[in-house]
Amino acid sequence: MAYRFPALTPEQKKELSEIAQRIVANGKGILAADESVGTMGNRLQRIKVENTEENRRQFREILFTSDNSMNQSIGGVILFHETLYQKDSQGKLFRNILKEKGIVVGIKLDQGAAPLAGTNKETTIQGLDGLSERCAQYKKDGADFGKWRAVLRIADQCPSSLAIQENANALARYASICQQNGLVPIVEPEVIPDGDHDLEHCQYVTEKVLATVYKALNDHHVFLEGTLLKPNMVTAGHACTKKYTPEQVAMATVTALHRTVPAAVPGICFLSGGMSEEDATLNLNAINLCPLPRPWKLSFSYGRALQASALAAWGGKSANKKATQEAFMKRALANSQAAKGQYIHSSSSGAASTQSLFQASYTY
Amino acid sequence: QNSQHPAQCYALGKGYCGRNEGKTISCVWGPSGSAPRGGRGRAHHRLRDRCLGPGVTPPRRPAPVGVASTRPPVWVRGRSYGGEVPAPPPGGSHVALRHSPPHLLELGLESQLLLLRTEVFLWLSCSLTVLLTGEASGERPVAMPHSYPALSAGQKKELSDIALRIVAPGKGILAADESVGSMAKRLSQIGVENTEENRRLYRQVLFSADDRVKKCIGGVIFFHETLYQKDDNGVDKGVVPLAGTDGETTTQGLDGLSERCAQYKKEGADFAKWRCVLKISERTPSALAILENANVLARYASICQQNGIVPIVEPEILPDGDHDLKRCQYVTEKVLAAVYKALSDHHVYLEGTLLKPNMVTPGHACPIKYSPEEVAMATVTALRRTVPPAVPGVTFLSGGQSEEEASLNLNAINRCPLPRPWALTFSYGRALQASALNAWRGQRDNAGAATEEFIKRAEVVGVNGLAAQGKYEGTGEDGGAAAQSLYIANHAY
Repeated sequence: MAYRFPALTPEQKKELSEIAQRIVANGKGILAADESVGTMGNRLQRIKVENTEENRRQFREILFTSDNSMNQSIGGVILFHETLYQKDSQGKLFRNILKEKGIVVGIKLDQGAAPLAGTNKETTIQGLDGLSERCAQYKKDGADFGKWRAVLRIADQCPSSLAIQENANALARYASICQQNGLVPIVEPEVIPDGDHDLEHCQYVTEKVLATVYKALNDHHVFLEGTLLKPNMVTAGHACTKKYTPEQVAMATVTALHRTVPAAVPGICFLSGGMSEEDATLNLNAINLCPLPRPWKLSFSYGRALQASALAAWGGKSANKKATQEAFMKRALANSQAAKGQYIHSSSSGAASTQSLFQASYTY
Repeated sequence: QNSQHPAQCYALGKGYCGRNEGKTISCVWGPSGSAPRGGRGRAHHRLRDRCLGPGVTPPRRPAPVGVASTRPPVWVRGRSYGGEVPAPPPGGSHVALRHSPPHLLELGLESQLLLLRTEVFLWLSCSLTVLLTGEASGERPVAMPHSYPALSAGQKKELSDIALRIVAPGKGILAADESVGSMAKRLSQIGVENTEENRRLYRQVLFSADDRVKKCIGGVIFFHETLYQKDDNGVDKGVVPLAGTDGETTTQGLDGLSERCAQYKKEGADFAKWRCVLKISERTPSALAILENANVLARYASICQQNGIVPIVEPEILPDGDHDLKRCQYVTEKVLAAVYKALSDHHVYLEGTLLKPNMVTPGHACPIKYSPEEVAMATVTALRRTVPPAVPGVTFLSGGQSEEEASLNLNAINRCPLPRPWALTFSYGRALQASALNAWRGQRDNAGAATEEFIKRAEVVGVNGLAAQGKYEGTGEDGGAAAQSLYIANHAY
């Protein structure tokens, strides 16, 4: 989008656009393996494993050294800073292992929440200081996309227009800086599922948030064709007593998106937000079958929903490596099928996959 | 558990529930060749593939109502005339045709108007929009919910149906809403005096067209010519200056707009138009001009929808100046982003609106020449970056372009390889009327021949040519080389 002060050259745009499309091509999605140290600690605690760097490294190694065919389902992996520089047991860097499989490497860029004074416990996200230098370094070290998670919540007087505006603005600044350094920004304005609001209220809020986000991206001259969106699906709050089918979730979600997300955005990769593995897949499948106009790819960027079974199978023991990889590959394949609307629900998914992964006020 | 049917085949009203795999549910679409192109047609293919068992031939799609033998039905003052038609629009009043509009009688015009061959296209003295029936297609999303909903589900459906019919594949809008002043220019070009009678006769030529135009014209915009509102053009009341700017303007007309809309709706209008104007120069459009015009468009749109009228949103960026194509694209993107943010803020139901933008072109005085393909690429790129897929259709204005230029550009836009989720159709004024005007020359004897010219032009432009392609979905899911090459071209934009 060039005029007098073009933000990007045509070559830069071409590179960004190609990276974005590679990530979501042919039903591929993203493995969000970027849990921070503290968050990984929560995961490991559930399977009674100690939170050491070695344990974190081991688990990631098992995932990333899965069979090469994982690149049919996984187009990109988001890493945490520590993981970008870790190696497997033969001394090979994780990021090189992934790249050799043809998987795009991404890096988490935000640096946690900061409170917004004068609001009902709302937050914005930090991480803009020195971001350009960090991006340049990560690009040199093999990353090609970045991720930044903004959090909004539904409650009394929430999300306030300040919270929406501030988070949208921060997302747009981050996206602009990423693109300047050759990284595709994944824009994640998450409306968390905490609360007892119904589906309709979540849809309304999601529409307002996304409209603001895309206005901010436009104001900041962000090249939309070189971005990806990582939104929440539109769901009822966790404490809502009314239950909705995947088709209802799908219709509400795609309605919200098609009213706010321009067609230039190449792909939308949903976060799983505490849904069980199976629900995350079923919902994604229903979304891809929704009969509304959908000019973007609709795929996944799942953390918990891709790794829960694998974690359970691993239990901290390297002897379980094969079982762990199988569990992971199974979910990856299922979600890739769902991203094409081809997932057939099977009843033998095991206990871990139907277990809700909700955690109140989830932060990384 | 399966009681919810979010997806409806509207023609038959049958439900589809994604969990009913293997169950036979009738679906409206016939074999693949007969479904409309584009997103909605494809979705219906998927619908059909899922909801019928293998090897079952889907039923033939029922023929559109009213097309076969009679002239198209038309909604006038809430009552249909001619053709087999579905039920009249909800709430429409049945006003007998015998009664002329009161102001016509005041003016002493004869009721001979009522005896025209196509009574339906009467010279109506109000700014009416007459809607030719077609098929509503596509799905409706769940109601956009909120504690203070702007519209009920029924209101949304009505608006969405109207909008979809206007931009149904192959159809465009006939803009016959030239003001008195504009008509003066047209008529003087063919040596005809600009009297009210002549203007009426001229419009009569157009509206004597038979049902062949039904396939090409989705809606008609009339001009509201009465003695006490001389320069109305659409529903707005013209531009006024913005103090402190470099000659920029906003558009007035919001006062009493709700009452005016309610009146138009009673008289049969189903959509309305409001034009905002921005210009490109060294320091314009300013942030204020963009913000103010976007806001006023959003207020107008909101009020229209409250009264059951589909608002056509027209943020025109004038081609005056010597700026190049890229600058126009940049400005168009900024303006459209502001417009859609304002529409969102004002809780406007996008599925019940249409957009009427300028094409992205260089300024008139720009020394660089661009090909239609470049114009097309810049235009579609700008729209893809700003217009949400929920908007059912985009009808371009031709602005200051010559007929030939406009046609070439429109053609290139339809051939542009970028995927686009809205119908792209056109609002034609001169492009449709020029030959008819020339054939008519003010002579009653030429009326028949002139009407024939109009029909032929409408067919060329509508069915066979420019409006025919409408939406274009692109190459589908494959992110391979073909899709890659589609995106390469627009990196310079």
